[in-house]
Amino acid sequence: MTAICACFHCGDPCDADAIVFDEKNFCCNGCKIVYEIFLENDLTGYYDLQKSPGASPKDLEGKYDFLDNAAITDKLLEFNDEGTQIITLYIPHIHCSSCIWILENLNKLNRNIKASQVDFPKKTVRVTFNSEGISLKQLSVLLGKIGYAPYISLDDFQTVKIKKDRSIIYKLGIAGFAFGNVMFLSFPEYFEVNEFWLDQYKITFRWLMFAFSLPVFFYSASGYFIAAFKGLSAKVLNIDVPLALGILVLFVRSTIEIVFDIGSGFFDSLTGLVFFLLLGKYFQQKTYGFLSFERDYKSYFPIAVTRINNDGGEDAVQVNEINKGDRLLIRNDELIPVDAILLKGNARIDYSFVTGEIEPVEKQSGDKIFAGGKQVSGSIEIETLKPVSQSYLTQLWSNHIFDSNKENSFTSLTNTISKYFTTTILSIAAIATTYWLFVQPALAMNVFTAILIIACPCALAMSAPFALGNMLRIFGKLKFYVKNDQALERLAKADTLIFDKTGTITANNKSSVTYEGTALNTTEKSFLKSTLRTSGHPLSRILYSHLNGSKLLKLNAVGEVVGQGIQAKFNDQNIKIGSASFVNAGKIQNNLQTAVHIRLNEEYKGSFMFQNEYREGLSELFQNLALDYELAILSGDNDGEAVNLKQLLPLKTSLLFQQTPAEKLNYIKQLQQDGHSVVMIGDGLNDAGALKQSDVGIAISENVNVFSPACDAILDAGKFKELHNYIKAAKGAISIIKMSIGISFLYNIVGLYFAVTGQLSPVVAAILMPLSSISVVVFTTLTTNFLSRKLK
Amino acid sequence: MSVIYLLLTISIIIAVFFFVVFIISVKSGQFDDTYTPSVRMLFDDELVKEKDQIHKTTSKNKEE
Repeated sequence: MTAICACFHCGDPCDADAIVFDEKNFCCNGCKIVYEIFLENDLTGYYDLQKSPGASPKDLEGKYDFLDNAAITDKLLEFNDEGTQIITLYIPHIHCSSCIWILENLNKLNRNIKASQVDFPKKTVRVTFNSEGISLKQLSVLLGKIGYAPYISLDDFQTVKIKKDRSIIYKLGIAGFAFGNVMFLSFPEYFEVNEFWLDQYKITFRWLMFAFSLPVFFYSASGYFIAAFKGLSAKVLNIDVPLALGILVLFVRSTIEIVFDIGSGFFDSLTGLVFFLLLGKYFQQKTYGFLSFERDYKSYFPIAVTRINNDGGEDAVQVNEINKGDRLLIRNDELIPVDAILLKGNARIDYSFVTGEIEPVEKQSGDKIFAGGKQVSGSIEIETLKPVSQSYLTQLWSNHIFDSNKENSFTSLTNTISKYFTTTILSIAAIATTYWLFVQPALAMNVFTAILIIACPCALAMSAPFALGNMLRIFGKLKFYVKNDQALERLAKADTLIFDKTGTITANNKSSVTYEGTALNTTEKSFLKSTLRTSGHPLSRILYSHLNGSKLLKLNAVGEVVGQGIQAKFNDQNIKIGSASFVNAGKIQNNLQTAVHIRLNEEYKGSFMFQNEYREGLSELFQNLALDYELAILSGDNDGEAVNLKQLLPLKTSLLFQQTPAEKLNYIKQLQQDGHSVVMIGDGLNDAGALKQSDVGIAISENVNVFSPACDAILDAGKFKELHNYIKAAKGAISIIKMSIGISFLYNIVGLYFAVTGQLSPVVAAILMPLSSISVVVFTTLTTNFLSRKLK
Repeated sequence: MSVIYLLLTISIIIAVFFFVVFIISVKSGQFDDTYTPSVRMLFDDELVKEKDQIHKTTSKNKEE
């Protein structure tokens, strides 16, 4: 069979041994079972909406046992009363419409599930179920069986449920509602025709406008008053000060005008101004619900682990209740939450999140194991050395650097300009008023308030939110998720870039494989490949795909010794594949690299060496960056790769090896003290301190759902080579903001002309202010879109 | 033209009514997730009854 058939359920290629069921091909038994479940329950509609939407269900043996513990479930459930429970579960595999469909049809899989609703952007499902018929644990297991295993972490467990803050929507709604109505009501007076009926009714219209403006002034604009007050009490002239001043003057003058029948007031400008400002704020606030930039170690750890009692029994116990000396059972694929000593079992621990190394570390009984690794070959028993709160990992996160807030010490462009703006306007107002006091005193107050109204920095206040907000949105589509506007501004200002090595500039999952030893012929390769096929070990899988083109044989006997290797028999031949000790390799040459050794028919053949590959486009990226930035690589690894790196990267790149997390942090601190603005690009928990210390911390992620430490931006690994283009785009956005501020100054000059000469009528204000706001919005949106059209 | 008082009153009452409805619907959390309803809308309805019966009898037979 030469045609590549894809698994009907998950889309992975299924080779010669595809499982055929109901006339469809499946890559493994797991996928076939999920299909069967769907078929029996009339849920094959799942496959209609999307091609191969499924995931192969992982082995969940014991994974949700901690949900038997009532104290734990109590904290997780949103509602628990009279036999009904409601829970919101985070399910990383939600990615398409089929997922939504199947998760909202869960009631067909189990009658005790009453209702379920998916929130796609957040990747959660809210399930209402009959707790007497199905328990939370059974629900989680059921979801896991169909490939939608929920991810329940310590973070979910400990956070108090925060009330949803919808105030911006209410404020925006009120402002918009009032704005529309006030505009209509002010129309008659714009066209100042001396109609009799107008004189009769204008009082009604004016007071109606006043009534509509009240909630806007007191509620919608309240945020600005509070911010201005805070700024003034901290002796800072931020952008909210002139805004609040303008709104206040607008309201006061308009009220006085209608009370004393001097004019119709500026309520239309007031409501319009507040509306546009809030629109900018709303736009700015749209964040990525499914990414949490505030995640820390708590969201990474499981809620509970299995503790082995003195009498041999097992208990599910909360992670923060583990004490020194407790014996814990860590199963296959589970995280090790504490620093411990290995007691029993074959420990092969994947520390890729902590160190970035994909090859699991082997540990012997009596060895010390650090928290943060994932056990990948069977179960082990460990004895706790330090509880969670004191482990090495938590120490990293407890560094005081995580308390400080970068945003407080950074003055954005807007705030810098607003300082000058406020002082200039106030001086112009003072000068003009004094002038008119001498020439025509009646006009003085008019002119003073008119200046404060028209010279409102609304365009100034809106340029940054709209330009940066649009850039954030565009970047998000390109899988470069930036935390907020300020992070983008700091990114544009950077002059030094620091990269971590493992996992950042090297690709985590790809390895280049080289063979050393006696060459293998075709039959031998087939034998090798067929044997590898049975193993789920990452190195087996990499080697298996490396040997494409070889045919597969039906083996007589296959056995895997977990953590050591595989052996198999075919006819009269036998093969042993695995670690050097397993195949009795004798003397080993190169100890630094990971190798898989082969022994065929009692003859040692050779070994396959695995090397990390550097990311695509690395060299070119660095060459381009070197023109504008200082570059450095800080690595926790040894300097084995120094020669390679010197070849790939431009000469002036500093290369530092064997850096501990603290050393990385201090290096950045030193640079900052020398006046540099530093961007750190890294991954893994042990970069967290450096990421926080730097002006902008970018985390490279292979899968954004898996983990994101406290950083300012997350860049998808596939987009690594576009980094320079993205930074250039951020710089471009800042120039666009400056340009739009320039445009707003033009409006201000025109408006000031009217104000200073005492000619500011409501109509002029009502035209100028929305006009400047809208043109700023349109300008920034169009130019940022234009700027990013070439980004990919 | 004094009818304008009546017209104004009625239109303002209607406008405020819609505004109150807006506030209530935002409070109910309808607008927190604006993406999923657009997908949900496109799902097909349940299968026709008879097909259901056929499937049920087939699975019953399988059990026996």
